[in-house]
Amino acid sequence: MSASQKLHINKDWCKGCGICVEFCPKDVLQLKDGKIDIKAEDKCIQCRQCEILCPDFAIFLGGDEE
Amino acid sequence: MKVSNVVKDNFREDKLPHIWCPGCGHGILMHAIARAVSNKGLDRDKVVVVSGIGCSSRAPGYMNFNTLHTTHGRALAFATGIKMSQPDLHVIVITGDGDAAAIGGNHLIHACRRNIDLTTIVFNNNIYGMTGGQYSPTTPTNDYGTTAPYGNIDKTFDLCDLAKAAGATYVARSTAYHARIIEKLIENGLDNKGFSFIEGISVCPTYYGRKNKKGNAVDMMKSLKEDTIDIRIAKKKPELAEGKMLIGEFHNSEEEEYTARYDKIIDLFEKE
Ligand SMILES: Cc1ncc(C[n+]2csc(CCOP(=O)(O)OP(=O)(O)O)c2C)c(N)n1
Ligand code: SF4
Ligand code: SF4
Ligand code: SF4
Repeated sequence: MSASQKLHINKDWCKGCGICVEFCPKDVLQLKDGKIDIKAEDKCIQCRQCEILCPDFAIFLGGDEE
Repeated sequence: MKVSNVVKDNFREDKLPHIWCPGCGHGILMHAIARAVSNKGLDRDKVVVVSGIGCSSRAPGYMNFNTLHTTHGRALAFATGIKMSQPDLHVIVITGDGDAAAIGGNHLIHACRRNIDLTTIVFNNNIYGMTGGQYSPTTPTNDYGTTAPYGNIDKTFDLCDLAKAAGATYVARSTAYHARIIEKLIENGLDNKGFSFIEGISVCPTYYGRKNKKGNAVDMMKSLKEDTIDIRIAKKKPELAEGKMLIGEFHNSEEEEYTARYDKIIDLFEKE
């Protein structure tokens, strides 16, 4: 795994449940117009909590090509 | 479209997004199963995922393995047939609390009793989600369902106790909130040569949540965090466990597996 992976979101799959927003330990995320939005990527500690708790696979670190 | 490695390796991207409601815990549990399979490095062509009917049982439709979506309650019967005919396959069963413990209850006890090498993950949301919120065998006493408008008078079923008593050799429970832990428990289940029963407590905000005023998906996820306690901590400090659901590994034993026993019988035949 590379030292720093990019945080990706896939708004098309996001259903706006707010789970990732609530459980992100660093308050990186927010909902905007009912969909996931990255508020402060610089605060992200790459813990992947959002990725493993998103029921819709709509937020993740890294991914193919990386 | 860019997707995570877990999704690329384990899911049928063209079938996503799935149909589950916003905040449904089933998606979290399905992701944990995929990670466990990836972590174990299983040969994908040898993995079979079998389900019955229910919201939970739709999972195999999204998973990129050999998959079988069967009839209500019968996932374990189909899975038993698959395992008996090809014991080298890794057979994973995804089922709901209704599917596994109501209509499919008899299949469950006998699969446990035989100790057949299947890894069963129950997505327990305490209700029949797919059909609109009827109470299930795991609906807590006094809770509401569309078929229990004045509260459920049945005693709730502890499925891990059932599995253990019936003879399963690996029994564990965790929740959609504890996604890393359940991933590990599923891995342990895959390692066990015998019947593994893993109960994944899920959340159904649409029916169980709404009927029982449990709040939204986030509130229900917080309850999974706050209202559960690991069995190891509960043993050391029972006072902390009051009113909480136990999670963790409940049972892990080694006993002869069913297809191995069957092979021995076949060998006897062949010698005659
Ligand atoms: C033989 C049969 N009886 C009843 C049904 C209707 N039915 C479909 S899903 C379901 C219950 C699903 O509940 P559960 O297994 O807990 O899964 P969930 O939808 O909550 O994930 C029922 C009763 C059916 N499909 N087939
Ligand atoms: S990886 Fe961790 S810190 Fe970064 S956004 Fe996700 S939950 Fe927040
Ligand atoms: S957890 Fe997933 S579906 Fe829910 S708001 Fe976050 S990205 Fe969207
Ligand atoms: S009805 Fe309940 S179990 Fe079914 S998809 Fe919706 S939230 Fe999930």
